[in-house]
Amino acid sequence: MKLLTHNMLTSHVKGVTKGYPLLIKATEVKVNEVDFNPQFVTRMIPKLEWSALVQAAEELGQRQDLPDELVPEYENNEEFLKKVHRVLLEVEVIEGCLRCPESGREFPISRGIPNMLLNEDEV
Amino acid sequence: MATSNSRSCLQYLLHLAQDNLDFRLPEIKALLALRGKLFQPSGNFKEKSPFWCLDGLSGEDVCSVMSRSVCAKSAFELWGHGKTHSELRTSLLNYPSENMSPFMQKDSTYRINVYTFNKTLEFADRIKRIDAMEFLPFEGAVSLKSPQHCFCLLEDYGTDPNDIPEHPNYIYFGRWIADGQRELIRSHSVKNRHFIGNTSMDAGLSFIMANHAKVNENDLVFDPFVGTGSLLVACSHFRAYVCGMDIDYNTIHGRGRSSRKDQKWRGPDENIRANLRQYGTEEMYVDVMVSDASKPVWRKAALFDAIITDPPYGIRESTRRTGSHKDVTRPPDVLYAESHVPVSQAYHLSDIFTDLLNFSAHHLVLGGRLVYWLPVYRPEYCEEVVPLHPCLRLISNCEQTLSSHTSRRLITMEKIKNPEELDSLAHLADPRFSPYQGHNAFREKYFSGQNKRCGKEDSKTVVNGE
Repeated sequence: MKLLTHNMLTSHVKGVTKGYPLLIKATEVKVNEVDFNPQFVTRMIPKLEWSALVQAAEELGQRQDLPDELVPEYENNEEFLKKVHRVLLEVEVIEGCLRCPESGREFPISRGIPNMLLNEDEV
Repeated sequence: MATSNSRSCLQYLLHLAQDNLDFRLPEIKALLALRGKLFQPSGNFKEKSPFWCLDGLSGEDVCSVMSRSVCAKSAFELWGHGKTHSELRTSLLNYPSENMSPFMQKDSTYRINVYTFNKTLEFADRIKRIDAMEFLPFEGAVSLKSPQHCFCLLEDYGTDPNDIPEHPNYIYFGRWIADGQRELIRSHSVKNRHFIGNTSMDAGLSFIMANHAKVNENDLVFDPFVGTGSLLVACSHFRAYVCGMDIDYNTIHGRGRSSRKDQKWRGPDENIRANLRQYGTEEMYVDVMVSDASKPVWRKAALFDAIITDPPYGIRESTRRTGSHKDVTRPPDVLYAESHVPVSQAYHLSDIFTDLLNFSAHHLVLGGRLVYWLPVYRPEYCEEVVPLHPCLRLISNCEQTLSSHTSRRLITMEKIKNPEELDSLAHLADPRFSPYQGHNAFREKYFSGQNKRCGKEDSKTVVNGE
């Protein structure tokens, strides 16, 4: 699971009102090189919840020097876009789980794939 | 200046493949829309014809369309046309010579092809046709193997193979400028794909769907019923980033029985990511996950540029969602096992489409497109059964016939406004949904024709037996 996906995912456990962002508990994290595409990163930034991205990177020990706040005029800041690219598309959780911040429900991640299914009694 | 004026009003001729007829016009329109151009056919446009003349385009527009189209075979800069060879000649002689001369220079090489639709010409007749073009001021040398410029004489003998006229109905002459992407149908065939399932989407239709969805470079595309990821393969080829989900744990993890006849179980690396890797687009892979498309796992925001999917209709793949009719009480201390498969219940078709349209209205960017297949019981089909949503405008609706009484329709919708509170409920009470309401109503009808046929055969045997 990439952090781009994590940034878009929310808990859907019945009754939960603050299910975002999901906490990440990782036992295996990998950094895969992906071609840097500044246009895509620039397009994705307005769609991101920035603080959730920073928090996720922090949880995985992959934050490096990603700033707390989105930098102004990031479109032309290649160095910054590369940092965002790295956390969005290169850092991957291989094994671990996502944890609903409110209910504590855990969604397992195995072989890089999150399982978001709830049990029959939770939906 | 005169040159640029005459060049700006050039006409282009598209030669289209004569299959998936319904899908061609929406594809070309969508690809033109990606260039901000309108589809402006000239003269007497016939949608079912293999030849379309287009106005108001530049050579770059046409090349851009051809770099994506799987419906168009080739495109030509149209130099002349007519109902007869003499009309063609007059038309060619009226074509501005300054538009021709750059491609007919002394030091250049060229060749002329003859293409006939709905008729096969003898070799000698082809040569005659080429020789008859001598009146054009060709100054270069002929090179059959590697010409710099390619010209083509195209003759249209109509579309009825049982009624082939002696003389062509229409003739075109033009300079070849680009071929379409028909080759993708072969190169991406599911026959040679690493990871497939029983209902993997055919390569040609997958590319058509991506084109109808106006999938573009750097888009983020989502398939809520991803299966083995055929649609993601097509979208990633057009340089879109892709993600998907499926309720089936085994499919997403590439486990279980193989869909190939000579192989019992799936291999260790049969998964969607490996499919993208096979076609060199792994960097476009974002994620896939095990999830139920009827559940709100995405944060409510306009995240996706396109949603493109082939929902299960309960014919070859069952329609399931998580949940149970029983009142289950789970012992409180049970852990959430990674491989736990929750009880699932039937997912009515009407709910699938309601959910899909609602989801799209919320999660598509403005102008983003939803493309999906709608199964249809043909005797009862009318346009009103196509689900609508106040935030989505119907763009196209193309039929692919599956049997005498069933078909599926490729529906393309575009998000035109952001949803307000009322919108999500607006269409729920709409009677349009009735054909898909009730448990497996479509499925029963789908199989009813086959049962009838069997019934007939049965009664025949009885008659014969008597």
